Amino acid sequence: MPRIPQPPLPKVLQPKPKKPAEPNGQVQQYPAPLDAGISVVDWLDERTALSPGLRWLMWRKVPRGVNWAYTLGSATLFAFLNQAVTGVFLAMYYRPDVAGGAYESVRNINDNVFLGQLVHAMHKWGASVMIILIFLHMGRVFFYGAYKYPRELTWVIGVVLLILTLAMGFTGYLLPFDQRSYWATVVGVNINAGGPFIGPFLSDFLLGGADFGATTLSRFYAIHMLLIPGAMAALIGGHLYLVTKLGISAPPYIKADPNHDGDHAPDEAEV
Amino acid sequence: MPGAFEGETVTRRRMMNLVANGAGAVAVAAFTLPALGFALAPIFKRQQWTWQPVGHPSDFTEANYVTKVINITPGIGEAGNSVAYIRKRDPAIDKEPEDQWNHFVALSDRCMHLGCPVRYVQAAERFICPCHGGVYDFRGMVAGGPPVRPLDRFYTRVNENTGLVELGARYSVNNELQRFSPRFPGEPIDGIGQFLYPAQFDTGKPPH
Repeated sequence: MPRIPQPPLPKVLQPKPKKPAEPNGQVQQYPAPLDAGISVVDWLDERTALSPGLRWLMWRKVPRGVNWAYTLGSATLFAFLNQAVTGVFLAMYYRPDVAGGAYESVRNINDNVFLGQLVHAMHKWGASVMIILIFLHMGRVFFYGAYKYPRELTWVIGVVLLILTLAMGFTGYLLPFDQRSYWATVVGVNINAGGPFIGPFLSDFLLGGADFGATTLSRFYAIHMLLIPGAMAALIGGHLYLVTKLGISAPPYIKADPNHDGDHAPDEAEV
Repeated sequence: MPGAFEGETVTRRRMMNLVANGAGAVAVAAFTLPALGFALAPIFKRQQWTWQPVGHPSDFTEANYVTKVINITPGIGEAGNSVAYIRKRDPAIDKEPEDQWNHFVALSDRCMHLGCPVRYVQAAERFICPCHGGVYDFRGMVAGGPPVRPLDRFYTRVNENTGLVELGARYSVNNELQRFSPRFPGEPIDGIGQFLYPAQFDTGKPPH
């Protein structure tokens, strides 16, 4: 097994090899803080048996040729977490009141609340960042052919997540309740109405009536912060389970090494 | 293994399974169905047919439109307002049959492409939509752009007691200006369109 060359440390600073265990079989003594941490983890692991699962999730074999494009999925996940955290705190100040209170509460967030403008902007711009990252991630998966057998279901869940993210963008756009929000939503709902047979009823459901009414805003708010995020969190869990279960595919331009089975780099496969 | 006694058709284990799963299904339905009905109810709620006064008959002429702000959803402030363009019926150009509801022509300002507000320009005698370039002629018929049908209209009447012009419910028209129950913008109702885009359950019934 090849070893990483040691840095040129002076002799006194180089780590000493461990002493062999005492012949009487005594366990090694750790310093008190470390010992406390170990016993807490042991206590939890004895009752949950989580450590094999965590090891399965975190220490995975990765094919040769992975590159920065493989981080786009994690980047999208971080964008989602950013939206979730900033959204929860925006909800503490936001008021879905259609008779002017919604606009006033957003104005209050922007003008009066400490860091309100920052958190609002993080949520607003984070939404665009998330959609951009999703499409980059999707492009990586598509052009690397990573959606092929056995990862079709991962792709399908990802497409559902894309649609839900776009639905988040649609419902979230109304919430500031300014002129742009209002008319964009009117246009968006009427686009929905253009679908034959079910379109008119879908629009009725979205508006909560025949016209933009008293419940339309709170309906969009509930869909935006409860219905879709719950579904997305569950689907992200499934997506990540499949990624872990099936492993990461190698880039298509990496040729299989005839001296090794599989597409693992010989070094990494043995670590 | 058959049942515990002669003639038993369902084993006890299977019976317990059915009862436990059935009870679970009933419990889930007990909160899912009311919640679903709660969310879907507005689709079926019938609109009230109301009349709102917009002015004296002498305020309106045949040659020009008067812009009036009307309320289509009460209780939500400015978000519930809309605009109607109103003029007196001109028999020389309004060829649709006259009845008690159209002595005054009242057009809705929502564009029949995707619902943006159109603006009436008297110099051109056209209604022009700022969003995607829809254009309507003086009668509200499509003159250009993406709209799929003429501008929606309102029932109008002159109140015998007050002597004021009043606007009733909105209705949609096809390219022959025949009346249909109100549809969303973007839904053509000529020919097969009226069946592809059925009227909503919440359409109000006009008074007799």
